[in-house]
Amino acid sequence: MTPTPAPQNGAGGRPEVELDRVPTPPATVFVQGARLLDPRANLDREADLVVRRGRIAEIGDRLEPPEGAELVEAQGLHAFPAFVDPHVHLRTPGREDEEDIDSGTRAAAAGGFCAILAQPNTEPPVDSAPVLRSLRERARAEARIPTGFLGAITVGRRGEQLTEMAEMAAVGAVGFTDDGSHVPSAGVMRQALQYQRLAGRPLALHEEDTSLSYAGVMHEGAVSALLGLTGIPSVSESTMVARDCALAAYEEGSIHVQHVSARETVEIIEGAKAAGTRVTCEATPHHLLLTDEAVRSLDTNTKMNPPLRAEPDRQALIDGLRSGAIDCVATDHAPHAREEKEEPFELAPMGVTGLETAFAALHTGLVLPGVIDLALLVLRMTAGGEPFGIVAPSLTPGSPANLCLADLDAEWDVGEAGYESRSDNCAFGGRRLTGRVRMTIADGAVAYRERSFALGAVA
Amino acid sequence: MRRHLLSVDDLSRDDIERILGRAESFAEVSEREIKKVPTLRGRTVINLFYEASTRTSSSFELAAKRLSADLVNVKSSGSAVDKGESLKDTVQTLSAYDPAAIVIRAPQAGAAALVARWTRASVINAGDGKHEHPTQALLDLYTLKRRAGSLEGLKLWIVGDVLHSRVARSNILAFTRMGCEVTVCGPPTLIPREIEALGCRVRYTLDELGDADAVYALRMQRERMTGSFVPSLREYAAQYQIDGRRLGPGQLLMHPGPVNRGVELAAEVIDSPQALITEQVESGVVVRMAVLYELLAGGGAPSAVRVPAETGEPQPA
Repeated sequence: MTPTPAPQNGAGGRPEVELDRVPTPPATVFVQGARLLDPRANLDREADLVVRRGRIAEIGDRLEPPEGAELVEAQGLHAFPAFVDPHVHLRTPGREDEEDIDSGTRAAAAGGFCAILAQPNTEPPVDSAPVLRSLRERARAEARIPTGFLGAITVGRRGEQLTEMAEMAAVGAVGFTDDGSHVPSAGVMRQALQYQRLAGRPLALHEEDTSLSYAGVMHEGAVSALLGLTGIPSVSESTMVARDCALAAYEEGSIHVQHVSARETVEIIEGAKAAGTRVTCEATPHHLLLTDEAVRSLDTNTKMNPPLRAEPDRQALIDGLRSGAIDCVATDHAPHAREEKEEPFELAPMGVTGLETAFAALHTGLVLPGVIDLALLVLRMTAGGEPFGIVAPSLTPGSPANLCLADLDAEWDVGEAGYESRSDNCAFGGRRLTGRVRMTIADGAVAYRERSFALGAVA
Repeated sequence: MRRHLLSVDDLSRDDIERILGRAESFAEVSEREIKKVPTLRGRTVINLFYEASTRTSSSFELAAKRLSADLVNVKSSGSAVDKGESLKDTVQTLSAYDPAAIVIRAPQAGAAALVARWTRASVINAGDGKHEHPTQALLDLYTLKRRAGSLEGLKLWIVGDVLHSRVARSNILAFTRMGCEVTVCGPPTLIPREIEALGCRVRYTLDELGDADAVYALRMQRERMTGSFVPSLREYAAQYQIDGRRLGPGQLLMHPGPVNRGVELAAEVIDSPQALITEQVESGVVVRMAVLYELLAGGGAPSAVRVPAETGEPQPA
């Protein structure tokens, strides 16, 4: 795999992972005096960093800014490798009123992300090569940061007939998923895993046995009993994960479990990994920070699928983040129109936005209280591409410049100045967070600068 | 008490006792030939019903009229709701008439709380999905208290489809708040997981029904059969029907109506003197008068209106 995000049609032969963005001239930037933190490179020191023509050129003390560089006075700020989100809904095509490639990638850049993977549950769904190819074209015209697209596993995401995954892989599908729905038939799932030997991309799985989740709208437990809401039991997720881990092991396939929410699921994945099954998984900031207690308010921005679960589940996710049972953080950024979220809880659609708040929310909720350390958070937030063969961003000289500058002391109220996203259904809306992304460089180009973050003059 | 009645949780024990006491004094009004007091003269109450309802809607209507309020009934069929208007727009439109109260029944949990965000009127939850039905709980408390004298320490069994019942949820909260011991009993498929968190016990058979002072049977809805929650109405009745054999002497019987005769209740108990079912319906009006009074006149009633609190008893119009 190429050291991405970003390669443009590199080596020939088998298609490499290709992400798309608006072509921009590579940046030359001098980041002065930031605390540089890259856990993979064992880097944790205050130093100057030089980005030259889109690549990390040099790290050191009291460096000279290269000629023509933008000077970024970053004393007091942290610089991390920028984040990678494997689970974003760009709502394009079909619901551009909720999000489009431009607004979604702007939101991602504002959250410190340098690459995202878009899910195919659009209208129409991305279940054929022409749709996928046209999306890639649009991304080259609109995307502020490198964006990859997954194709559907089954035609129309109906769970019945396999899509032309080989052709979609050939035109650049990063992986395959029926996200939003599971693949109900074990037989179809097995065929998808067999077919993976030809198509060669990971299967990302939304795991939910709908005969158990039924008409559920929140986690099944004491809160659902009190509210009279139909519950979604944890076993609706964990039983499907167990099935698919068994199938993946049998077919020696590779699967990525999306948005893990339940303690039982973490245990199953731990066991499967220990047995050598090729399974990776992700957890979202909202599942890592909130529980079904938040649903008592019947705020529709606490409604998503899988649902916010109970405190022991949340703790299991945090433990999984620590142990590596959970490989990465994914936002499952799911924009919805305001009028849809203003319906009563049971009618409102599932999903919340999260690109702009992921880092700040996890920093506030997990790092500041000492639950996990900052380096671990950076590690898991930069790992989102790895299950799909996208190498994690790095600050090591020679790497493409993917970095995010953050002020860890800055306090802000989520939504106070609106959102870059076209939708405002943020799970953390109205909350006070500590830690704010000031600047994002993605694939060698400046993708985001906070408006109030004054850049120094060109040196 | 707050401006709205959205949940039994909004009510302290004192609030409940005050409402029950007020209902008592309205009951005297109801026995007069002219059953009307001027308390809410010139004020508007809107009944907004998104679900079919006979007794709740008619008893709110009567309650408002007996307090001399102007009443508007809005039902989902034949209204703008039918034309796809959102709840928010409907509520904002109705609020433009400056109602004093909106009584809302809707098939979704939290609908009443949403309405409260969008209007200046007092909002009364007349049933929101499977969540709550607080005025039903109040009238049930009132009815049982009248017959039993005191609620403290009473043992109440709620029998049937607890999973889909807003009446059950409000009653568990209300009766435990008033010092009763509540047991819920029904098919395991129709008892929500972790319902004990509401403060009740759970039983799956009627074996210990003899412990109960009062038995509250819930309506078993035929549509639950399709979800295969129970194998058949016949098996349900065999296991959970309250009949003359199971209802002991001295045990009181309640039901929120409408009754499925021969399913959750046998005919002989419905017609027995132990049954409080028609008294519950009667109580509905006076308790809802008391709730309207509490929310609209209890705090800062206009001085032109002589309120019962000043004179000790409601004045006939």
